[in-house]
Parts: sequence; C-alpha cells; structure tokens
Amino acid sequence: MSSVLVYALHKDGVINKNSLGAISEGARVASALGGQCEVVAVGGADLTDDLLAGLGNYGASKVYKVEGPEGLAQPVVDAMAQIIDNGGHKYAIFGGGLLGFEIGAGLAARKQAGVTMEVTAINVEGGEAKAERPILGDSQISISTYRGGLGVIVGRINAFELKETGGTAAVETLPVEFSAWSTKATMVTRGEQRGADINIEDAEVLIAGGRGLGAAEGFTMCDDLAEALGGTVAATRAVVDAGWFPYAGQIGQTGKTVAPKLYLAAGISGAIQHKVGMQGSENIIAINKDSNAPIFEFADLGIIGDLNKILPKLTEAINAKKG
Amino acid sequence: MGPSGAERALHKAVSLGADRSIHLSDDALAGSDVAATGYALATVLKTENPDLVLLGQQSDDGECYTIGAVVADHLQMPSVTQVVKLTLGDGSAQCERQAEYGYDTVEVQFPAVISVGDAINEPRYPSLKAIMGAKKKPLEVKSAGDVGIDTSLVGTDGSKVACGDFKAPPAKAAGEIIEDEDTNETVAKIVSWLEERKLIA
Repeated sequence: MSSVLVYALHKDGVINKNSLGAISEGARVASALGGQCEVVAVGGADLTDDLLAGLGNYGASKVYKVEGPEGLAQPVVDAMAQIIDNGGHKYAIFGGGLLGFEIGAGLAARKQAGVTMEVTAINVEGGEAKAERPILGDSQISISTYRGGLGVIVGRINAFELKETGGTAAVETLPVEFSAWSTKATMVTRGEQRGADINIEDAEVLIAGGRGLGAAEGFTMCDDLAEALGGTVAATRAVVDAGWFPYAGQIGQTGKTVAPKLYLAAGISGAIQHKVGMQGSENIIAINKDSNAPIFEFADLGIIGDLNKILPKLTEAINAKKG
Repeated sequence: MGPSGAERALHKAVSLGADRSIHLSDDALAGSDVAATGYALATVLKTENPDLVLLGQQSDDGECYTIGAVVADHLQMPSVTQVVKLTLGDGSAQCERQAEYGYDTVEVQFPAVISVGDAINEPRYPSLKAIMGAKKKPLEVKSAGDVGIDTSLVGTDGSKVACGDFKAPPAKAAGEIIEDEDTNETVAKIVSWLEERKLIA
C-alpha cells in the first residue's frame, strides 16, 4: 500500500489553511497511487477528536493525534518517523511554511530520504510522484523523483488547492517517545504579534513598502498614497523584521496572502517569499530603482526610478484627479 | 564543502572573524542534494565536537533554507532556523524568529544547531588587515575518507532526489516597463494606467 503522510500545523484549535491544502493534495496523490492519505498533528488539548475527524472532509482517511509541544519541528520529526516506520508511507507532504521546511528536512535526514522544497505541483506517473519546483527566480521548473523508500515534498505556500470532499477521518491517539535532543528546544512565546493589529486581507487597494523605502519614515509616503487611492498600507518581511511596520501588515510566506484589485509595491525587490503572498493580485505596479529586481518579472506595470520622487507626485496627481 | 574555489568563501569567513576553517573537498561529493550535503557537513562537524553550530539562511543554488535541520538530526542536537535575534545564556540561547503565526521565542540548550535569517545583522566589512591575515589562519582540507563519510550516501548517485528533468513555466504576458526620466510624465502614465482599469475611485 502506497500511503501518504501529511503534517497538519495548527494553533489555538484551528488547522492551518496551507496544511488543509496539503491534505487535499495528499489525498489526490494517495488515490492516484492506490493508497490512503494519513495525517499527523502534534499539540495539546486544543487538538480535539472532532477537529481532527473533520480533516476527513479534505480527504484524510486517518489522523494520528500526538501529544507534544507546538511550533517546534523536531518532536514532529520523531512522530512522523515513528508513523512511517510502522506504516511504510511512500511520501510525506507538507503545506510549506517555516515549520514544514524544518520538519521535512529533519525527516529526510532521519529516514535517508530525498526532500524537495517549494513544490508547486505533484504529478503521479507510473506509480511514482514527480514534484515540480520552480527554480532560478521561477524561470525554470525542475522535476524531482525520489529513490529509496520515502520522498519528502514541501509545498510552496498557497500551491495546493483546498478541496472539501465530505467525510470524517478515524482518529488514533499515538504515544510518541521524543528523542532526547528534540526536547532540548522549548517554546518560550509563540506567535507574538509585534505592532498594531491591522487588516490587509480585505483591502481592494494595497500600497506595500519594502526596504527600498530607506527608513520607517518612508512609510509616510505610502500612507499618503493609500489615502488618495482609498487603500491600506502593507509591508515585506524585511521591514517588519527591521521594526518599521507591524507584523499584522506583512505579506508573504510567514505573513498574509492577499489578492487585491491593485497592489503597488514601493521599494520591494520581489523575492519568492514575498511573491507567494501577493501574486494573485489583479493589477500589480512596482516602483524600484533596481532594474534587475525580480518584481519586474511579474509586475503588470513596472517603474524603474526613485520612489522618493515618484510617490509624492503620484499622490498629488491622484488627489488632483479626484478634485 | 565544495571544489577548490570554495577556499575563497573560507578566506572571507575568516576575515570576518573566524579563527580557522575546514574545507571539505572531494569529487565523490559533487552533485549532493540537501540531505546528502547535510550528512557530509554533519560528519565533519562530529569530529569538531562543537557547542554551537551556526549556519546562514540559504545557499545561492539549492535555496532549501533547511540544511541546519538536516545537520542537527545527524548530530542529534536541537535546532532552529531563520533566527533573527540570538541571545546567549548559560549553556543555552534564546532565539527569536518569525514563523507562521508571528514571532516565536525558542530556548535552545547547547550543543545546538542554529541557522540565522538575513535580518540578524548587517555583515561587517572586513578590515584590510583582516583580509591580508585571513590567508595565514589555519585552513585544513579534508576528503570524504578523512572524516569517515560513507560515499554511497553522497554525490549525485548517493542523493535520494533525482532531478534531471526541466520544463519551462507557463508563459505570462510581459508587463509594461517605464524608466523614469521625467517624473511628471511617468506619473501621468501611471495615472492613466490606473484610470483605464478604473482603479481611481
């Protein structure tokens, strides 16, 4: 039996959307291989049997519930290795994100398996999964196959479509003895928000600022333009880490995914981790002084120039239009 | 780990503050995937018995972001990646990083493997003296056999991912690019572009 094992990330009793997508994808792959899609979740009392049985709605046949620390990779590696040792799963699939990368890599090491990151599609041919990974700034797609007993596939954020199929999964509580080293990392605080709670996911117009703004003060130009266009200001991971903008307003792999009508990127290079959070936007404008910035590869309108000159004049012109 | 050119990277690392360097170089390692590379690095590290293994964010080629997690599993040490603030304690470190739900702070007991993210700092520029001195600091070259790497687990043949197939991504219509020479003109073009799409309310 060729089974697939998917890791389900969760916080406060809610399963991560990217994990639900990975379960749907895992179910599709498992069915093409003539096997089952099983799921593992590691956490505390918020992982109720009802919550986990509900993963059957996305295609899981069985969910292993493991009591253990949340938000840390290595205990999950222990749990998955134990489940695979007993079940002989052929593929382990993750919905992406930081923890998916870490667990996937740790599991590959433990099981001497191949691992592919940032996978955007999985095709099953001749009883084998082939994972597609965009490389070299998304200009090529590399296709991975796996030798040996297990292949580890870590998806790119938002790559796997979530499908509700109805049904419930069997839930099995599984005791796992964690490795000595897995318990030597402990969570002190998880999911600290840092900064104001702002809503960027419902905005139709987003003005996003990156490191090219030069300093936290540069966001004033974004605020003014957002006001003129009736939009909201957002940011990249780099400026959030620098403390220029609240985490709640961050777009990308470890932030929010947005798809506004208009997305204007001010001083944003357009790294993959940012792109995955905004490429669904209807209209993308990029202003950047570096003509080699990757964002120009996927912007609908790209302006190569100094945003300190362009943004204030653009705001002024839009305000004048509105009269 | 790499062919002879990797020496330059080691000289740079030493000029930035390291005391000595080890260059793992062997034809048998060529074509190793991330899991095989992590195994090879961990095998060298085992001989060093370190309290803390520090790694960067990602490689320029593979861009897997996770070699630290592979190394840690082989060394049987706790690990965190993408750390943006590192505070050393007594036999441990507090690591801050951004994960799926916000900022996490993780306490890690040594010996440990920690990868830092690009936001951890701005790398200093080495002084001329440090650059000149770097070539005099000890650099050991080791082969796979020197450290006991099982060569059936590394290289193209030992790697468990086979990726020889490539295809082009779906074509996307190229966007319009404007080089800003006259800003008033540029702004007028942006405004009419927005108006055409009814984006100015």
